[in-house]
Amino acid sequence: MSGKTLYDKIWDAHLVSQREDGTSLIYIDRHLIHEVTSPQAFEGLRLAGRLPWRADANFATPDHNIPTTKSERDQGLEGITDPVSKIQVTTLDNNCDEFNIFELKMTDMRQGIVHVVGPEQGATLPGMSIVCGDSHTSTHGALGALAHGIGTSEVEHVLATQCLMQKKMKNMRVQVNGFLKPGVTAKDMVLAIIGRIGTAGGTGCTIEFAGDAVMALSIEGRMTVCNMAIEAGARAGLIAVDQSTIDYIEGRPFAPKGEVWEMAVQAWKHLVSDPDAYFDEIVELEAADIEPQVTWGTSPEMVASINGSIPIITDESDPTRRESISLALDYMGLTGGTSIKDIKLDCIFIGSCTNSRIEDLREAAKVVEGKKVAATVEVAMVVPGSGLVKQQAEAEGLDKIFIAAGLEWREPGCSMCLAMNADQLGDGKHCASTSNRNFEGRQGFGGRTHLVSPAMAAAAAIHGHFVDVRDFT
Amino acid sequence: MRKFSVEQGLVLPLDRANVDTDFIIPKQFLKSIKRTGFGVNLFDEHRYLDKGEPDSDNSKRPLNPDFVLNQPRYQGCKILLARDNFGCGSSREHAPWALDDYGFRVMIAPSFADIFLNNCFKNGLLPIVVNQETISELFRDTQADEGYSLTVDLAEQTITRPDGNVIAFEVDSFRKNCLLNGLDDIGLTLEEADTIKAFEDKWRQKSPWYFTSTSV
Repeated sequence: MSGKTLYDKIWDAHLVSQREDGTSLIYIDRHLIHEVTSPQAFEGLRLAGRLPWRADANFATPDHNIPTTKSERDQGLEGITDPVSKIQVTTLDNNCDEFNIFELKMTDMRQGIVHVVGPEQGATLPGMSIVCGDSHTSTHGALGALAHGIGTSEVEHVLATQCLMQKKMKNMRVQVNGFLKPGVTAKDMVLAIIGRIGTAGGTGCTIEFAGDAVMALSIEGRMTVCNMAIEAGARAGLIAVDQSTIDYIEGRPFAPKGEVWEMAVQAWKHLVSDPDAYFDEIVELEAADIEPQVTWGTSPEMVASINGSIPIITDESDPTRRESISLALDYMGLTGGTSIKDIKLDCIFIGSCTNSRIEDLREAAKVVEGKKVAATVEVAMVVPGSGLVKQQAEAEGLDKIFIAAGLEWREPGCSMCLAMNADQLGDGKHCASTSNRNFEGRQGFGGRTHLVSPAMAAAAAIHGHFVDVRDFT
Repeated sequence: MRKFSVEQGLVLPLDRANVDTDFIIPKQFLKSIKRTGFGVNLFDEHRYLDKGEPDSDNSKRPLNPDFVLNQPRYQGCKILLARDNFGCGSSREHAPWALDDYGFRVMIAPSFADIFLNNCFKNGLLPIVVNQETISELFRDTQADEGYSLTVDLAEQTITRPDGNVIAFEVDSFRKNCLLNGLDDIGLTLEEADTIKAFEDKWRQKSPWYFTSTSV
């Protein structure tokens, strides 16, 4: 009998019951909540007269709707000018108060994007099962937790039963051999992976990211990779636990302490796939082949290296794919054959649950230090992922570097990643964005998104078009 | 949940791959705290020529005549024909809520994104996976014949074409049973409350570090 994968181990440990057809109940250790996908779930509980099964397994913070300018945030809830957004944020506050759920409210200094705040607070631990009504919950897999996004009906189900009903997914391993070249980042790695396997490549699977290049990443880099597992179609991404994982968690507010900590660490050391574990699918990439990546289309798989160019439609033989490229180029206002470096930018967005952590901000600051944002760039903003990331960045003087270079320094939130607040990309404008989705209209009606790493976004801000950041640092 | 048995209706061919949940329902409509009323904003950015807002009077907005949903021959459609990876992207359940509110009951595609697929079943919608060849035939026939409709029988797991030709499909047996009987997942799971409690007690003893209270 072959060994177990990391996914097998966490699944087995959380299996409450299983029906004959494989439909299972999985116990959920941590449920993260934000304001957009939870109101209907709480309403469902109320209508059925149910209470949360275990209120203290829940952890909430508003992030999608909240304003990111200081003048608005200084006014607290009153600063949310859109009345519909305000109702959603106050509804979360009221629901958490009513059901006795821990919430970092908008005015709390620790508030931020739920996928940044969870790990930061130690609410995400290795070996946990974690869910959240948000597809980017896969982020938490970076710490060896089985974490995935769920819909609102499932949010209600988890609140009421502490379980999720599902069938086990398949095991897929994406192995990145060797080491990334200097100037190539976790974001480039995951974009290259998506470019290789496609946005449906991981559908029905849990992806374990493995290989020297993955294990050499910092925990924040691993979060960037797992964050975008869903962009490859996989509900969950996972990375084995190692000493970096343990070091990252130690001392965080919700992490265990003392004797319990020692016991936990011993248990967590087994959270790796066995050498003889069976994977349904294995994909291998060579890290040395990966260059800085830029998306040119309206799906994350439409990606090219910085030294590459946009595909020519007639070169594509598959008719459905040809149609997709044609629709994408039409929407993006781009022509096949154009060099990636010739794409001009109107907007720069550095933030989101993919890339708004302190290391991301340091990378971006290093690139813009002592330089100025190009005159042709209309908007350039840096949105830290949490209040604590913001505080740390300010302690290091990064805010001053950004402001001196002409970038706006904002308050934490999801912001222009999905533009549910006032931070919206203009119609027809091109944005170099460190976020995760380049779908039509994602960052604003008619907006044209190019996904890149923080360093590449910063370099594009200075030059007004894409450049190879390695040529300028 | 509403029961699903047999649905017969007009077919809408949405001929593009990787239709994402932002395409199905743009984010500005996610600010609602209700489950209903999303139908008028289904496919909003393609269906209308202007940018919609939650407080827009949709009856006064300019329609995009080129978008398939607006074509007279497809009015009243109940079955959506789509390409690969339909429903990719965010976990927003507003996507199936919008499809349902508009009047769709069945989606047929060669593949669906996982979270979307799951969300459909929770809302009494039936997503059906069929092979590429069949999808291409259905696209061809739907586009060729005005008024093309299909009959979907969940109990029999069949799609019947106007000429009587039958396509068989697979569906998860548990989900099929839930749909046929309109079963509520939470009610079903709570029948196992004792098992959950027993698991929880054991798990708490074995891994106390996962039970650090957030109520501090």
